[in-house]
Amino acid sequence: MLTLLFDGVAYGMLLFVLSLGLAVTMGLMNFINLAHGSFAMAGGYVLVVLMQKHGWPFLACLPAAFIVTALIGAALERTLYRPMYSKPHLDQVLFSIGLSFMAVAAVDYVMGSSQVNVQTPQWLQGRIEIGAGDTLLGMGRYRLFIVVVCVGLALGLQAILSGTRFGSRLRAAVDDPRVAAGLGIPVNRVFLLTFAFGSGLAGLGGALGVDVLGLDPSFPFKFMVYFLIVCAVGGTSSITGPLVAALVLGIADVFGKYYVPKLGGFIVYVLMIAILLWRPQGLFSRESRK
Amino acid sequence: MSGGDLQARLLAPSRWRKWEIALWAAIWVTPFAVPQHAALINEIAILALFAVSLDIVLGYAGIVSLGHAAFFGSGAYAAALFAKHVMPDPLVGLVVGTVVGALLGVTTSPMIVRGTDLTRLMVTMGVALVLLELANKFDNVTGGADGLQGVVIGPLLGMFEFDLGARTASFYSLTVLFLVFLVLRRVVHSPFGVSLQALRDNRLRLSSLGMSIQGRLAVAYTLGAAVAGAAGALLAQTTGFASLDGLDFHRSADVMLALVIGGAGWLWGGLAGAIAFKVMHDVISAFTPQYWTFWIGLFLVILMLVGREKLFSPRTWFKNGGAK
Repeated sequence: MLTLLFDGVAYGMLLFVLSLGLAVTMGLMNFINLAHGSFAMAGGYVLVVLMQKHGWPFLACLPAAFIVTALIGAALERTLYRPMYSKPHLDQVLFSIGLSFMAVAAVDYVMGSSQVNVQTPQWLQGRIEIGAGDTLLGMGRYRLFIVVVCVGLALGLQAILSGTRFGSRLRAAVDDPRVAAGLGIPVNRVFLLTFAFGSGLAGLGGALGVDVLGLDPSFPFKFMVYFLIVCAVGGTSSITGPLVAALVLGIADVFGKYYVPKLGGFIVYVLMIAILLWRPQGLFSRESRK
Repeated sequence: MSGGDLQARLLAPSRWRKWEIALWAAIWVTPFAVPQHAALINEIAILALFAVSLDIVLGYAGIVSLGHAAFFGSGAYAAALFAKHVMPDPLVGLVVGTVVGALLGVTTSPMIVRGTDLTRLMVTMGVALVLLELANKFDNVTGGADGLQGVVIGPLLGMFEFDLGARTASFYSLTVLFLVFLVLRRVVHSPFGVSLQALRDNRLRLSSLGMSIQGRLAVAYTLGAAVAGAAGALLAQTTGFASLDGLDFHRSADVMLALVIGGAGWLWGGLAGAIAFKVMHDVISAFTPQYWTFWIGLFLVILMLVGREKLFSPRTWFKNGGAK
């Protein structure tokens, strides 16, 4: 029971890191980026290639995954995404679906279509058990590692958002880009940095998740729904919203798959529809958003 | 301008143009001219019907739906199950598929008439996913991942057997497409259809004219769902098979792609898009079967960057690089 809860939390934290970038781009640029999963996949493959082909240590690969995907994100933002901000939502959806199609086929071509695995380092294998009987809490070391990393990231991001100058600029740009630009905030550069950072986070999440979520070229489409659920349910105006949504989603999914395995994602989807009917703007967003 | 002139001008778009009649004549000639491609014609006709149904929802009512396959798959399962367990007559099965699609549309429409684009996107996709999970779960009814097998469809009108060459199938699908097209053409040029377009363009004005936005959206959504159900039923009947594939996300994405290639917001867009999409699919997968999605993706990205409108004004093509 507690073990399941813990697994759910770990899964949820992973989803949070994966979808945070999407939530920010959605809130900031009002852009529906269905290709977000492709960045996560890119991060995962960076980890796999570096570890297997070049023998890099696991801990060095994580920042590498972050940096590489952040660079890809920055390049794409400058060249492809920027002209799309002002287009209607339908165009954005189709554009990003097109990008995902390309990413899936390209990765399939380069890396092959089979699922890849990585060998996590020795000190992350096995599990720690606390208590006994009904209250037994078994924590996989790797999952514990994920939780620690993700909690650290969440706290760090919260600190950046609320404490630094960049954070206040970002919040200003999210609330009202026009007024922010009028106040001399370089909105375009804030966008670029945020997009790159969000992509990097997705890459990091993808790299962390290789062992838990699995990785193959269909990754962007398999998990796209989950990212979108986190953003739609959590709202896009704060970090807390997506965090809570990701945790609820992770826990619900793990419990659902454990107790009624045949129904699979059914519970999650029904829950999402119910929440969206109840609060169409997301659980934690302010009512007055456009 | 006198009243009569004004009326004539307002009615002008609903007149049948010469090229429309000519195109339909050409479409009807194709299955006679190239009977060896009857199976392909059948597929195109079904995709066209599906795309036209999405056109009502997306192009006319402006609802961005990523889960239109929900109705397609339900229609397919309904028709296949009906043929297997109740009676094998294709026409009755077609009606059943349509009705099931429409019922599903009615029940889900309250969910999509509210919220923002993102919410709507999620809800439509969620409905399709829920149905997919259900179809997977109740595999004793639907056959699960293996698909529903053993569906035998009786002869059309008691005379024409569905054969392997798909000749009957192609005529059957084309007829249904043609009839639906006639009906929908009437609908979109009716006051209701015009109000839908007005709603898509400016919601606030329409509601200040005293029209019910939610009601109109719901009716349009249901109409689209019914036609999508019919398209699904056609597929199930002409292939004698229904599977989870019909509810899958890629089907929703494909049909949206086809519609966008053809151009949303006019009925011919669905037809043109279906033809273009299938031909593109055939050509590209002929030389790179595994990676054809890459080229489709590239095409989409460029199309969106250049702008959808420009596809139809060839003069502007070469200024920004070709669209292919």
